[in-house]
Amino acid sequence: MSDSEFKPVLLGRVGRPNSQSLESYKADGGYKALAKALSMANTDVIETVKASGLRGRGGAGFPTGLKWTFLPKDINGPVYLCINGDESEPGTFNNRVLIEEDPHQVLEGIVISSYATRTTTAYFYLRYEYGRCYRTLKAAIDEMYANNLLGKNILGSNYSLDIHLHRGACAYICGEETGLIESLEGKRAWPRIKPPFPAIEGAFRRPTVVNNVETMACIPHIIERGPEWFMTMGIPKDPNNPRDAGSYGPKLYCISGHVNKPGLVELPMGITARELIDKHAGGVWKGRKAKAVVPGGISMGFMTEKELDTPLDFAGPGRVGCLGLGTAAVIVIDDHTSMVDVLYNACRFFAHESCGQCTPCREGTAWSTKILERIRDGRGKLSDIDLLLEISSSIGTIPGSTICGLADGAAWPMKTAINKFRPEFEEYIKSGRKSESRQLAGAH
Amino acid sequence: MSELSPNAKQVIEDHIGRYPSKQAVTLPALHVVQEERGCVSNKAMKEIAEILELSPAQIHDTMSFYGFFRTEEDPLGKTRVWICRSLPCMLRGGEELLAELCERWGIQPGGTTADGKITLELAECLGACDGAPCMLVNDELTLRVTADDVEKQVRGVK
Repeated sequence: MSDSEFKPVLLGRVGRPNSQSLESYKADGGYKALAKALSMANTDVIETVKASGLRGRGGAGFPTGLKWTFLPKDINGPVYLCINGDESEPGTFNNRVLIEEDPHQVLEGIVISSYATRTTTAYFYLRYEYGRCYRTLKAAIDEMYANNLLGKNILGSNYSLDIHLHRGACAYICGEETGLIESLEGKRAWPRIKPPFPAIEGAFRRPTVVNNVETMACIPHIIERGPEWFMTMGIPKDPNNPRDAGSYGPKLYCISGHVNKPGLVELPMGITARELIDKHAGGVWKGRKAKAVVPGGISMGFMTEKELDTPLDFAGPGRVGCLGLGTAAVIVIDDHTSMVDVLYNACRFFAHESCGQCTPCREGTAWSTKILERIRDGRGKLSDIDLLLEISSSIGTIPGSTICGLADGAAWPMKTAINKFRPEFEEYIKSGRKSESRQLAGAH
Repeated sequence: MSELSPNAKQVIEDHIGRYPSKQAVTLPALHVVQEERGCVSNKAMKEIAEILELSPAQIHDTMSFYGFFRTEEDPLGKTRVWICRSLPCMLRGGEELLAELCERWGIQPGGTTADGKITLELAECLGACDGAPCMLVNDELTLRVTADDVEKQVRGVK
């Protein structure tokens, strides 16, 4: 399928009058997928999602259907589904638009997924900053209860479900699935050591699935149109790599930074960064060139201008040294911007958001920020560059020194900025100049 | 006299049935108290703990993790304005906007104007990068703002 033939799926109803209301959602065929799912065995719903190749949209790209099969087979007592709406990765705003514009699409996906996983209570963890989303969801959930789409015996079936909204309190770490669970339980959002994984022991020590909002929005379409339809879009599995699960379906790309038209674009998975910027974001602003591009949220690191023909599917960014596709939030940095300032901004973010539980992350993010502060103040040393690299290779789950991946997210901008733009860092330090950017110091 | 209003107590009680543990009501309880009072006092922490059958230290432990909540020594102004400083906003002037507002209002991030009307906060990514630089006023986002826009909107709510 070429891009020009593609009709938005997840954003298909955005901009319609009253797109948030149940009436308009139903008029567009909404909740048919739910009725269909309820007529199927729950295990067949899981098989359908598994067969579609859907991979989680929250950042890690884990196959959704497979995640559901990790729940124990014979469960006595409750299973929980937690919806991760803590979207906080810099550059990412697709959950906000999905919820504000078409809440029932997300909620239908949640009911179907709850049915599939035999959940009778779902918790929707929503970041506090999304007040409008909160009110939109609240109104939509009320409509559902009033119309037998939630509560007891949904649509006359034997299946019952409650969804509770739970607001966060402005902490990035709550987007990590076990941090989210701890926060939901009323504790500090300190990620848990795994195993046990949430499917075995999650929220309230019960088997739990944590899924992203965009993932939920894909579910009704897969049930209604079938897994084969979903697989007509995207990049197929690499036949030479048995570990590649493919990159199927439509994807929301968030584009921000130095482009003429920042915004949210839906395309089949696998468009290149260059096409995305030039065709869908009006090109780099002020007639300038891109110097660096973040492929999927700041944790993924940077691509250079020469690497922009990389496809933005699950496998693409990794081939040019980035951590992965992440949230597919593309941030464009023009050639008038200092990479020292950009990296400082990224490091300061992670220092601010580190939960403080693991020493390598708490200290590594804070010290890398201080080193960059020193460089920006004209007092850097050339040896600082290797010191930053040393920090970046020793913090995170990949070197094995932390509980969660936050520090890997902090390490990748450092590694890629320095390895790909080293001469710029050297020149900056040698010149002894101070940064012109007014970024305020102080991480905490 | 009770520190928690009848409404706050009601909201807390209403939340208890939604979770298998009472501790899970901690964040909803802290939210309702801070919304009403602009802070969560030690006395409020004790009262929340009593309702949720926890020790006040457990409430404090959770509360102090989230920089979002304020103690009685450091209460919020009437309106809380957050300016985003993360990369997408920084690339489009978020830092300059924050610095400009600090100058205009004579406060540092985290501070409250002398008349108690505005608390200015720096925010990490607010999730409105399509409209950078963006701000959050209490819990409503506004996209593509200038310092003049901020002043106009915030004065409106003053």
